[in-house]
Amino acid sequence: MGPAPAPTHSAITLQVNGEKYTLSVDHRTTLLDALRERLDLTGTKKGCDQGQCGACTVLLDGRRAVSCLQLAVAAEGREITTIEGLADGERLHPVQQAFLDLDGYQCGYCTPGQICSAVAVIEEHAAGWPSAATDDVRPEAGVPELTAEEIRERMSGNLCRCGAYVSIVQAVARAAGAEEAAV
Amino acid sequence: MREFGYHRAADVSGAVALLAADPDARFLGGGTNLVDLMKTGVERPARLVDVRDLPLDRIEPAGDGGLRIGATVTNSELAAHPEVRRRYPALAQAVLAGASGQLRNMATVGGNLLQRTRCGYFTDASKPCNKRVPGSGCPAIEGVHHNHAVLGASAHCVAVHPSDMGVALAAFDAVVSYETADGPGALPLADFYLPVGDTPHRETALPPGALITGVTLPPAPVAARSRYRKVRERASYAFAIGSVAAALDVADGVVREVRLAFGAVASRPWRARAAERALTGAPADADAFAAAADAELSAARPLPDNAYKVTLMRNLTVAVLTELAEEAAR
Ligand SMILES: Cc1cc2nc3c(=O)[nH]c(=O)nc-3n(C[C@H](O)[C@H](O)[C@H](O)COP(=O)(O)OP(=O)(O)OC[C@H]3O[C@@H](n4cnc5c(N)ncnc54)[C@H](O)[C@@H]3O)c2cc1C
Ligand code: SF4
Ligand code: FES
Ligand code: FES
Repeated sequence: MGPAPAPTHSAITLQVNGEKYTLSVDHRTTLLDALRERLDLTGTKKGCDQGQCGACTVLLDGRRAVSCLQLAVAAEGREITTIEGLADGERLHPVQQAFLDLDGYQCGYCTPGQICSAVAVIEEHAAGWPSAATDDVRPEAGVPELTAEEIRERMSGNLCRCGAYVSIVQAVARAAGAEEAAV
Repeated sequence: MREFGYHRAADVSGAVALLAADPDARFLGGGTNLVDLMKTGVERPARLVDVRDLPLDRIEPAGDGGLRIGATVTNSELAAHPEVRRRYPALAQAVLAGASGQLRNMATVGGNLLQRTRCGYFTDASKPCNKRVPGSGCPAIEGVHHNHAVLGASAHCVAVHPSDMGVALAAFDAVVSYETADGPGALPLADFYLPVGDTPHRETALPPGALITGVTLPPAPVAARSRYRKVRERASYAFAIGSVAAALDVADGVVREVRLAFGAVASRPWRARAAERALTGAPADADAFAAAADAELSAARPLPDNAYKVTLMRNLTVAVLTELAEEAAR
């Protein structure tokens, strides 16, 4: 005798940008589709839907993640931050402001993912995480400076079809500098 | 995608009981490989047992200078951990060389070991493939195989294992521990992946329904001087076409101990034992490094479009060992 069939839908509560949303989801629903189609939070973009482009990047418990490979049902209980949740009222997040000031985009489609990713890159760097561009990863070597090469490597999971990379790197560097100067 | 049930396991015994009760159930780690394959219909589980809440998320000291890494530790946490970076720098580098920051935050150690090949016929459910549908054939041998295996393959499958992390784990003699409904078990990484033979669909020696609980790294002082180097078709964020994890201990210009493992050349992370044997006690110079690489690569059986990998691996091995030897001399 086979196992009893399991329910294929669940009622879940998602915590997004500080608000709680209760919804019933088919377990196949990705967090990306739940955000866009069910919660009407369309800032998060769908590019490849296969984890390859970074357009769907959000923060899960403060860590960047691709929402297209994250099942919504598995995101229950985690704090989700999307591009809509970064600004403080009318005041843009420093990373948003830097992208605006330095034209870190052309068509803008990849931008919400770039910005969410960059917010996390700055935090990961502040926490002392090395990257593949870091020559000596031993803790004794200290935290690498956030050079253009480090930024390019750390942001490599975010593709930009318009090729706005030069100004994206500048915007991340400015935002990182501004945040580090503020501490 | 097929509809499926979802369970979030709170303890290890509950997780393995769910798998034991349903042969169509799968564990869900970060989902970065499984969810992708479910979207394309390559994987069609009837239920998912989410392991992310299991208490397997710690990195702890083990033995005299070793480490035990929980199965749900994320790839990011692994690469950022100070003791990993201090004692096994090539492991941190290997993890950092894989995927992207977003994916490494999601991906778990258990899931990384069990990720499936990126062979384009395997990931396209409309194509024949012995690994996906046993007996259906291997179109890669006559077709697209520029990133396929040159070592340890068979006439039934020439796919490579894509993990970067696994290559460093192989070099450092990692042991995988698991749990089943019948109790716990452990497998050295050297025995974890099965030879391809005529059963490419059987990839690991794990018993059915086994939950990976962690990976133990035995103490290895040689690993403190180690490096991982990966070659890919673009500067970042691509799978390897060849990679090397190496550790080297040199005294008076002679190799005292060496660890060497190759990535993207075989169905599993490839520990280069013939090269290690050839090099131990030899002078730490480029000629000896090349001879050691040749000792390993003489077993290579390339296909028409992947013969470049033999040269690539030889040059990569010499380059990485030379860097390590220069570091040791400083
Ligand atoms: C765009 C992209 C680029 C990538 N680039 C690279 C790269 O360059 N290098 C590289 O190495 N990898 C790369 N990856 C692969 C990535 O590393 C793997 O997808 C990831 O490590 C899998 O971990 P996971 O926790 O998400 O596994 P999942 O997708 O959750 O699971 C994978 C498999 O493991 C099983 N499983 C999970 N946890 C356990 C457990 N504890 N016990 C038993 N079974 C378990 C699942 O049932 C499933 O069969 C890339 C992935 C993507 C999408
Ligand atoms: S190489 Fe292996 S995975 Fe690829 S088509 Fe052949 S059998 Fe399938
Ligand atoms: S849409 Fe998620 S990574 Fe491309
Ligand atoms: S700005 Fe158009 S894709 Fe990046």
